[in-house]
Amino acid sequence: MLKKQGLYLPEFEHDNCGAGFICSLTGKRSNDIIHKALEILVKLEHRGAVSSDGITGDGAGILIDIPHKFFKIFCEFELPETGQYAVANVFLPRKENQRQYCIDIFEKEIESQGLELIGWRDVPVNSEILGEIAKTTEPSIKQIFIGKADEKMSDRDFNLKLFAARKITEHIIYDSKLSEAQYFYLPSLSTKIIIFKGLLKPEHINEYYLDLFNSALDTRLALVHQRFSTNTFPTWDLAQPFRYICHNGEINTLRGNVSRMFSREEIIKSDAFGDDIKKIIPTVLKGKSDSATLDMVVELLLMTGRSLPEAMMMLVPEAWEKNPEMSDAKRAFYEYNSCLMEPWDGPASIPFTDGNYIGAVLDRNGLRPSRYTVTKNGNVIMSSETGVVDVKPENVEFHGRLEPGKMFLVDMNEGRIVNDEEIKEKIANKYPYREWLDKNLVHLRDLSAKKGPILYDEIDLKKREVIFGYTQEDLNTIIRPMAQLGKEPIGSMGSDTPIAVLSERPQLVYNYFKQLFAQVTNPPLDGIREELITDISLTLGRDVNIFDINDEHCKKLKIQNPVISKHDLDKIRNYDSNPDFKVETISMLYEVNRGLNELEVALEKLVNQASKAIDEGINIIILSDRYVDENHAPIPALLACSYVNHALHKLKKRSQVSLIIESAEPREVHHFALLFGFGASAVNPYIVNEIVQKQINIKDVTDLEYLTAIKNYNKAIGKGILKVMNKIGISTLNSYRASQLFECIGINTATVDKYFPNTPTRIQGIGLREIEQEIVKRHRKAFRPNQTNLDIEVGGDYRWRRGQEKHMFNPLTIAKLQESVRTNKASTYKEYSELVNNQSKSLMTIRGLFEFDKFDPIPLEEVEPWTEIVKRFKTGAMSYGSISKEAHENLAVAMNRIGGKSNSGEGGEDQERFYKSSQGDWRNSAIKQVASGRFGVTSNYLTNANEIQIKIAQGAKPGEGGQLPGPKVNPEIAKTRNSTPYVGLISPPPHHDIYSIEDLSQLIYDVKSANREARINVKLVSEVGVGTVAAGVAKAKADVVLISGFDGGTGASPLTSLRHAGLPWELGIAEAQQTLVMNDLRNRIVLECDGQLKTGRDVAIACLLGAEEFGFATAPLVASGCIMMRVCHLNTCPVGIATQNPELRKKFKGRPEHVVNYMYFVAQELREIMAKLGFRTVNEMVGQVQKLNRNKAIEHYKASGIDLTPILHRVEVSEDVKLYNTNQQDHNLETHLDFQIIKKAHQALFRRQRTHLKLPITNIDRAVGAIVSNEISKIYGAQGLPDDTINIDFEGSAGQSFGAFTTKGVSMTVHGNTNDYLGKGLSGGKLTIKVPEGCTIVPQENIITGNVTLYGATSGEVYINGKAGERFCVRNSGASAVVEGIGDHGCEYMTGGIAVILGDVGRNFGAGMSGGIAYILDNDNSFIKKCNSADLNIDPISSQEDENQLKVLIEHHFVATSSPLAKQILTEWESYVLKFKKVLPEEYRQALLRLEEEQLKLA
Amino acid sequence: MGKITGFLEFERQNESYIEPKKRIKNYKEFTVPLEENKLKDQGARCMDCGIPFCHSGCPLGNLIPDFNDKVYKGKWKEAAEILHKTNNFPEFTGRLCPAPCEEACVLGINEDPVTIENIEKNIVETAFEEGWIVANPPEKRTGKSVAVIGSGPAGLAAAQQLNRAGHTVTVFERDARIGGLLRYGIPDFKMEKYVIDRRLKVLEEEGIVFKTNAYVGENVKADKLKEEFDAIILCGGATVRRSIPIPGADLNGVVQAMDFLKKNNEFVDGLRDFEDVISAKDKNVIVIGGGDTGSDCIGTSNRHGANKVTNFEILSKPTEGRPAHQPWPYWPMRLKTSSSHQEGVKRFFSVSTKAFVADENGNLKALKTVEVEWIFKEGERPQLKELPGTEKEWECDLALLALGFTGAEKTLADQFGLDMDFRTNIKATTMDYATNVPGIFVAGDMRRGQSLIVWAISEGRQAAYHIDKYLMGESHLPLKDNSDLPRV
Repeated sequence: MLKKQGLYLPEFEHDNCGAGFICSLTGKRSNDIIHKALEILVKLEHRGAVSSDGITGDGAGILIDIPHKFFKIFCEFELPETGQYAVANVFLPRKENQRQYCIDIFEKEIESQGLELIGWRDVPVNSEILGEIAKTTEPSIKQIFIGKADEKMSDRDFNLKLFAARKITEHIIYDSKLSEAQYFYLPSLSTKIIIFKGLLKPEHINEYYLDLFNSALDTRLALVHQRFSTNTFPTWDLAQPFRYICHNGEINTLRGNVSRMFSREEIIKSDAFGDDIKKIIPTVLKGKSDSATLDMVVELLLMTGRSLPEAMMMLVPEAWEKNPEMSDAKRAFYEYNSCLMEPWDGPASIPFTDGNYIGAVLDRNGLRPSRYTVTKNGNVIMSSETGVVDVKPENVEFHGRLEPGKMFLVDMNEGRIVNDEEIKEKIANKYPYREWLDKNLVHLRDLSAKKGPILYDEIDLKKREVIFGYTQEDLNTIIRPMAQLGKEPIGSMGSDTPIAVLSERPQLVYNYFKQLFAQVTNPPLDGIREELITDISLTLGRDVNIFDINDEHCKKLKIQNPVISKHDLDKIRNYDSNPDFKVETISMLYEVNRGLNELEVALEKLVNQASKAIDEGINIIILSDRYVDENHAPIPALLACSYVNHALHKLKKRSQVSLIIESAEPREVHHFALLFGFGASAVNPYIVNEIVQKQINIKDVTDLEYLTAIKNYNKAIGKGILKVMNKIGISTLNSYRASQLFECIGINTATVDKYFPNTPTRIQGIGLREIEQEIVKRHRKAFRPNQTNLDIEVGGDYRWRRGQEKHMFNPLTIAKLQESVRTNKASTYKEYSELVNNQSKSLMTIRGLFEFDKFDPIPLEEVEPWTEIVKRFKTGAMSYGSISKEAHENLAVAMNRIGGKSNSGEGGEDQERFYKSSQGDWRNSAIKQVASGRFGVTSNYLTNANEIQIKIAQGAKPGEGGQLPGPKVNPEIAKTRNSTPYVGLISPPPHHDIYSIEDLSQLIYDVKSANREARINVKLVSEVGVGTVAAGVAKAKADVVLISGFDGGTGASPLTSLRHAGLPWELGIAEAQQTLVMNDLRNRIVLECDGQLKTGRDVAIACLLGAEEFGFATAPLVASGCIMMRVCHLNTCPVGIATQNPELRKKFKGRPEHVVNYMYFVAQELREIMAKLGFRTVNEMVGQVQKLNRNKAIEHYKASGIDLTPILHRVEVSEDVKLYNTNQQDHNLETHLDFQIIKKAHQALFRRQRTHLKLPITNIDRAVGAIVSNEISKIYGAQGLPDDTINIDFEGSAGQSFGAFTTKGVSMTVHGNTNDYLGKGLSGGKLTIKVPEGCTIVPQENIITGNVTLYGATSGEVYINGKAGERFCVRNSGASAVVEGIGDHGCEYMTGGIAVILGDVGRNFGAGMSGGIAYILDNDNSFIKKCNSADLNIDPISSQEDENQLKVLIEHHFVATSSPLAKQILTEWESYVLKFKKVLPEEYRQALLRLEEEQLKLA
Repeated sequence: MGKITGFLEFERQNESYIEPKKRIKNYKEFTVPLEENKLKDQGARCMDCGIPFCHSGCPLGNLIPDFNDKVYKGKWKEAAEILHKTNNFPEFTGRLCPAPCEEACVLGINEDPVTIENIEKNIVETAFEEGWIVANPPEKRTGKSVAVIGSGPAGLAAAQQLNRAGHTVTVFERDARIGGLLRYGIPDFKMEKYVIDRRLKVLEEEGIVFKTNAYVGENVKADKLKEEFDAIILCGGATVRRSIPIPGADLNGVVQAMDFLKKNNEFVDGLRDFEDVISAKDKNVIVIGGGDTGSDCIGTSNRHGANKVTNFEILSKPTEGRPAHQPWPYWPMRLKTSSSHQEGVKRFFSVSTKAFVADENGNLKALKTVEVEWIFKEGERPQLKELPGTEKEWECDLALLALGFTGAEKTLADQFGLDMDFRTNIKATTMDYATNVPGIFVAGDMRRGQSLIVWAISEGRQAAYHIDKYLMGESHLPLKDNSDLPRV
C-alpha cells in the first residue's frame, strides 16, 4: 500500500466486488466445482477492475475444501487422516533471511501451543503471468501442514490452538520492524478449507496457482471472490476470500466497530486461552480492509464457542427493531445481542463458510444483489449475478435470491439448504433471552421521576447564552422551528462564509469538524422512506466479557431517543433503586482566570475523576457544564467527551462506563452528531430546554406545552442525526456511536492526536491554546461591566448581516458584479474581482491564503485566446424546476454562444430545446445530468447530450436526496420530467443502481451505451478520501470527474448540511490530482472543479492544483440577477430565478450577454495571470503547484497555524506521467451485443421494416438495447419507431441493465432470466422475461429478474414471468409492468405508470410513492401489513375502468409470457378480481382531480 | 421570519399628510400615522432577504429585516430594542432621513420598496408612548471624562455611546439650546421640538452634562478643556455657508437660508417674536438651491404667507426614475418632490443666478438669471456652459440662499492646533476619527463635510468606539463594519 503523502491517506481505500460460491448438496467432491467456480469469477469480471498496467487485477481468490487426496499424492511427507491436520498457504517475505525469520517464529509458536509441525511444501506458481504491479509485491508462498499433538485433542481445542499460534505469530512479526514483515500472511489456517488468492485477474488464478490445474484436486464447495479497489495499490493479502467470509460491499461503520472492539478487549477473558489471550489481542490488525477486519472479528466470535451462523446474526442483524412480524424469541435474541454488539452495517452481501456450513447473509438494507440457483443434480450456485454458470433450463430446481437481513445456509454435512427461519429460530432459542431482558434491561421511559437536591442557581440565562456563543440565528433560525414544528430547518443557496479556522469570530469546537458522507463506494440511505431499517436507540451501562453468554450483558439502560430532556436526565441522575446502575456527575468547568494552561490541566483532571469514578463502580458518567460563573468557564463538551472517551480507552476502562453529556453547547444537529460520533451515549441540551421555555413565554413558540415543544426539538434532532448517519450509509445509532465519521479541518495534528485520535486533519491549524482563547473571549464578554446591551449577537452565519460573519457574496460584491456584466465595463468587473480576491485573502477561503509565485512573464497576446478558454467553462447543474424556465434557458443560450457547456440539472429537458432557433441561439444544455431521481432521463434526452453527468453528490448536501414538492410541479415541469403535474417528486439519497464502485462502472457503461459520443462525467464532493474515490471513478471509466466544494448552492437543504458536510474544493482537487497522478490514471480522465468559483484568480488556483475544466453556478446566477435571497425553497424568488410563480417569473431580467460578459471577464482575468506566470495554454498550467505559495502576510492568531504544504504537494513521478488529460478511456463497447442487432436490423432501423431476430445472451451482455435505442433516437427523436418494429428473442441469462433506455419500437424477450436494473430508464420499449421452454420451475415462486427493475422508466411495457427482487418499479414514472411477485420496497418513489403484482410483496411497499397505480393480487389479505401505507389509498377494485385496465394488462402478460398464473387468473376472473387491491397514492388522486378540473375549465 | 408571501399580497403604503392648504396654517407636523394593522402589513412586505442590502444602504447598519419582522408580529417592544441597537435616535432619522435603505431595498429592484423609514418612526413613537424608552445609566463609571463639543446629532450620539461605556460626558453647545441643526435648522413641520426634548431628558437622566451658551474657543477656553478632560470630541458641524459671489449679494433681502430658518425656529420655539423673524409674508420669494434646506425654506415661506415662491437649481433636472449610471442598490440622484414642494412652489432647473437687482432703496427687487447646460466628459469635471439668449429677470423681494456649506469654521482648529483638509474639514479618517492632536477626535459634518443626519449619528457612534478604545485600551461599544454601499 502506498504511504501517506500530500493529502492522500491510505486508510480511505475502498473496495467492492463480485462474489459467489458453488457447492454440492450431495457431498460429492469433484474437480468440476473448481472450474465452475472459476467460471463464475470470469463471468463477473466486469465487476472488477484493472490497474494502469492493464494486467494487474485488484485481487481474486478461491476457497475450497482441503484436497486431502491431492495432498496425499503431492506431499513429500506423511499426512494424518483428513480433519486431523491443518494446512495453509503462507505468504512469506521475498528475502531469504527474513523469510526464515518468520518461519522460525511461526514454528516456535506452533510448538509452544503443543502442536506438531508436519511439514512445508513449496507452492508451484507461475509468476510470468503477473502484471507489473503484482509482480513487485508478490510474496514467496509455501504450504504448511500442522498436526494435533495427540490424537485425543478435540477438534475445538485444535482450532483454538491453531488460532492462538497464528495470532501470536502475526503480532510478533508485525511488531518486529522487519522490512518485509508485511509480506507475512496466512490466507487461512484450517482443518477444513484452504484458500488460493492473490493480486490476480480471475482468469489467471489457475494459471498462477498451478495446483488448481491439477485434476486430482477436488472439493465439495468453492467460494470465489474478485475485488474492485478504488485505486491501484491493492495488496496480496487483501484479496479475498478471507478465512471465513468474503464480502461484496462496504462496512460503513468500521471505525466505530473497531474502536468498540478494542474496548471489548479490555475485559476479555477466556478459559480456553488462559494467559495467552493477552498475546492474541488485539483481534483487529491495523491497516487491513473492512472485510478483513470483519473476518478477524468473526474468527474471534467463533473462538467464543458461537457458531458461524450465530456470529453472523450478531454482527449483521436483520432490521428487527421495527418489525412487529418477527417472532418474539428472535427479537429477544437480537435485542440481547444489541447490548453487546453493534451492527456491522453494510451494504454487504457476505458469503461465509467454515467448511461445515456455507452460506451468505445480506445486510438489513439488502443493497447488494445475491442470486442463487439450485440444480436438479444437486448443486447450489450463489453469486452477485445469475447466469454465471451455465445451467440447462431443465436442470433448474429453483431460482432464489438472498433477501435483506436474511441468511442463506447450506449444511454441507446434512446436504441440505436450511432456511433462514429454521436456522435463526434454533439459534434464538438456545438461551432464555427474553427472560434475561425482562429481568435486567431497564427502559428510560419506565423510570419514575425523582427530584434530587438542587445545588445552586444558575446565573442569568442571557449571560449564559453569551458564554456559550448563542446568536439570534441560533434561537430563531435553528431552535425555534425545531421546537415549534419538530422539523429541521431548511435553507438554500451555498455557504459562503469562512471555515471555522479562517473566521475571525470565536467558533465552537464543533465547527472545526465536517461530516463525512457516502459517495460511490457505498450508498447513503433514506431514513425517511426506509425508516423500518433505522434505529436510534442506545443502551447504557457496563459491558461484559464477550466470551460469556449470560444475563449480565443486558443489565443496561435503554434510551429510545438519546437526545433527552432535562426531566429525563434527572430521572437517570437520581436513579438509585437498582444496584446495577451507579451514576455520577462530573463537572466540565474549569477555572478560567487561572491562566492559559488551565484548560489542558482541567481535561486531565476530568479524566482522573472519570477513572476514579469507574474504580468506585460508577457505570454511567454525566459530564456536565452546568453552573458556569464569573470564574468558571465550560470546557467545550465535544473536547471533553472525546478526550474522556479516548483516555478511558487508553486506561482500558472504556467498556465499563457510558457517557452522558449535559451541556449548554449543543443546539444544532451537527453538534449532537459529533457528540455521539465521539462516544456519548445520551445528550441533554439543558440550555435549549430553557430557551424553549422562554420562547413559549414570549410567544415566539406558540400553542405548545413546554414538554411537547421539548419533545419536538428532541425529535427533530433525532431525525437530523438519523439523516447525518444515513449520509454515510449507517442505519443505527448503535453503530454510529464512537465511529468518528468526521474530518477535522483547522486543528493541528498534535491536538487532534491527543484529543480526537484517528480523526483526519490535513492542513493543521489551531491548538488547545487557541481553543481556550475562543472560550475566554465569549466568557469575558458575558461578565463585562456596562453592558447596556447584553443582547446576543445577530449571527449572520446563514444570512449576511453587517458586522457579523463575513460572506463572499455581500451587497458590494453583488452590486459590482451585476453592474459590470450589465454595462460590460471591464473596470467595474475589476472592482468586483478585487473585492472578492481581497476578501478571500482576508481569511475567507483556503485559496485566499495562496499567492502566485515564480513569475515568468510573457506577453498577454501569446496566451491562448479567451474564446478557447471559455470552452472549459461550464455552468452548474440546476434543474428546470428548481429555477425558472427563463433563468434556465438564459444560461443555456449564453453557454452555447461561447462554446462552453450548460447543465440541464436533474429535471430533464424539453425536447424543443434540442433544436437551434432560427436566430441561431440554442437552448440545449450540453451537459445532461443523470441524478438519483432520473427525471426525464430517456434515450432521446441522453442522445442529445455532449456530456452526461452522473451526480453522485452535491456540494450543498452531499449524501442527501431532494424533493420537489407537488405544488411546484406545474404542467410544464411535469412534462420535461415525464411525471404527473402536481405530484411531488423525490430524488432518493442514493442512486438505486449505484451502491458501490462496480455499480458506478455499470451505470457509466449504460449511459455510454445510450450515447457513445458523449463524455461521461461523475460529480463528487470534496471530502477526505475523495482522491481515492476519483481513482476508482477513473478505473470505472468515467471521462470526466468533477470535484465540487462543499459550498456549492442548492434549491433546498437542511441548514446543517449546507455548512457542515463536505470540504473546500482546494483540498478535494489537490487530493484527486495527487492520487490520480500517483496511480498514473490522471491522463485518462479530465478533472473538473466547481464550488463558489467567482473570479479568474479562483480559476487559476484551481488549475494550478490540478483542475482543467471549471464550473460556475452562483456567480452566473448573480450575473443574471440573483441577489442571494436564499428563498429558493419557498418559491418566492423576487427576481424570477428560483421560482415557478408566473408573476415572479416576469421579473426575470437576466440576458445571455450578461452571462457571456461574466465568462469573458473571468477568462480575461485568468489570461492575465497566465501571462504573468508564463503559461501559454491551460494544459501547460494544470497541476503546476510550484507556482503557488502561501501568502506570508497573514498573521491571524488562528490562521497562522495552517500548513498548506499537503495541498501544494507535488507527487514525484517520472516525466512521462501526464498531469492532465491526454488519453481517451477505452469503454470496450465494441463487444456490445447491440452491434450484432444493428447489423441485422438495418431494414428496421432505416426503413421501419418489422424485423425478428433470435440471439443467445449471457450475463456479460449488459445494457442490451441501449445502443440500438440511441441509434433510433438519433434518427427519430423521442418518437422512436412504430410498435414492435424490432423484435428480438434472446436465450439465456441477460446481463445487468437489460433493456436500459430502450425506446419505442423495440420489443425484446428473454427466455431465461435477467439480472439487476431490468428496464432502467425504459423509454417506450417492450420487455418480456419468460421461463424458458423445458424448465419446470413454478414461475411465481422463482426469481427471474434482479433488483431495481424499471428505475426511472418513463414509458414502455414489461412482462415478467416470475418474481423480481428488491425495489421493483423504483421511481417508475410511466412504464407499465406485470410481475408475479416482488421483494422489499416495491414501487418506491414511483410517480407514474402501472405496476401489476400477481404474487408475494415484500416489506415497505409504496414508500415515497407519490404517483402511479399498483394492483396487487392479495391472496391472503396480508398486503396492508407490508405496505408503507400512510399516504396511500388501498382499496378493492371498484370501478369498471380499473377492472378493464387490470384485465387488459394481465391478458397482455399472458400473451407475452404464457404465464400459467395469468391464465388461471383470467380463467377465474370473477373470483380473482375480488382479491386484487388497488394502490393509489393520495397525492396522485388529488393531482388527477385537479387536472380533470383544469381540463373542464379549458373546455 | 416575516411573512413569506407578504410582498406579493400587500402594496406599499406610507403614512399620509394633512392636505397642504390646511397644514401650512401652522408649523406642526402633518403626517397621519397608519393604523397598526396596516403597519404590520407593511412590515410583512419585508422579504427577510438572504442579503439585506437595506442594511448596507443604511449608514447606521440598522437591523431592518429584524425589526420589520417584529412589527409584522406586533412585537413592538422587541422591535424598539432591535432598533436602538444601532440607532441612538430613530425618532430623528424616522422623520428626517432620506432613507438610502429604501433605495437599496431588494423589493425596490422591481417593486416599491418597503416603507422602512416609516416603520422605524412608528416603532420609536410607540416606544415613547409606552414608556419603554427610559434612562439606562452605566453600572460602573470608568473615572474618565470626555468633552463633546457641539450638540447636533453627531455630538449627541457620541455622548450617549461614551456615557454608556461609563465615561463622564459633558456636552458644550454655543447656542442657547441643545440640538444644533436639529433644533435650529429643521423646521417644526418636519420635526417638532418636543421630539428633541424628550430624548434630551433621557440623556440627562443617564448622566450626561449639557452646557449651553458654552462657545468653545470664545467663552470656554480650549486649553482648559484639554486639561480637564481625558478626551475631546469635536462635533461642531460644517457650518460655513456657501455664498454667491455675484453683484448685489449684499443687498437687503438677500438672506442666507440658515439665518431665515434659525430665526423662524426660535420664533416657533417661543424664543423670539414673529416681528424678529425674517418674514416672507406677502413677498415674492425665490429660493436658490434645490436641496433639503431649500425645501425647508419653501415650506417656511408658505407658512409665513408668501405671495409666490420660486425655486432655482443650477443642476439639470434629474430623472424621476433611477439614472442608468446609478443602478440599484446605489443611492440615485433622482427628482424628489418633498412635502414642502407640494405646498406650492415653481421649480426651475439649469438656472444660474447672475445678479441681484436693487430698487432705489437698496432693497432687492429682482434676480437676473441665465439658463445653463452641463457638459460631461469622461475623466473630467463637468463643465457649465451658459446658453446665450436665455437671460431672464425675475421679480423678487426675498432671496433665500440655500447653497450648502463649505466646511467647518476655523475657530476650533486654530485653538486646538488641528490640521484641516483642502475642503476645510478637520482632518481625521474613519480608521480612528483621531485628529493630529492626541486625545482630540472629530466626527460628523465637521469631519466629513455637510451630509445626512444618519451619517452624523453613525460617525458619533463610531468615534465613540475609538475614543473608548483610546481611553481604555479596548472597547466593547458596538462598531459597524465597512460594508456601506459606496456612492457612485
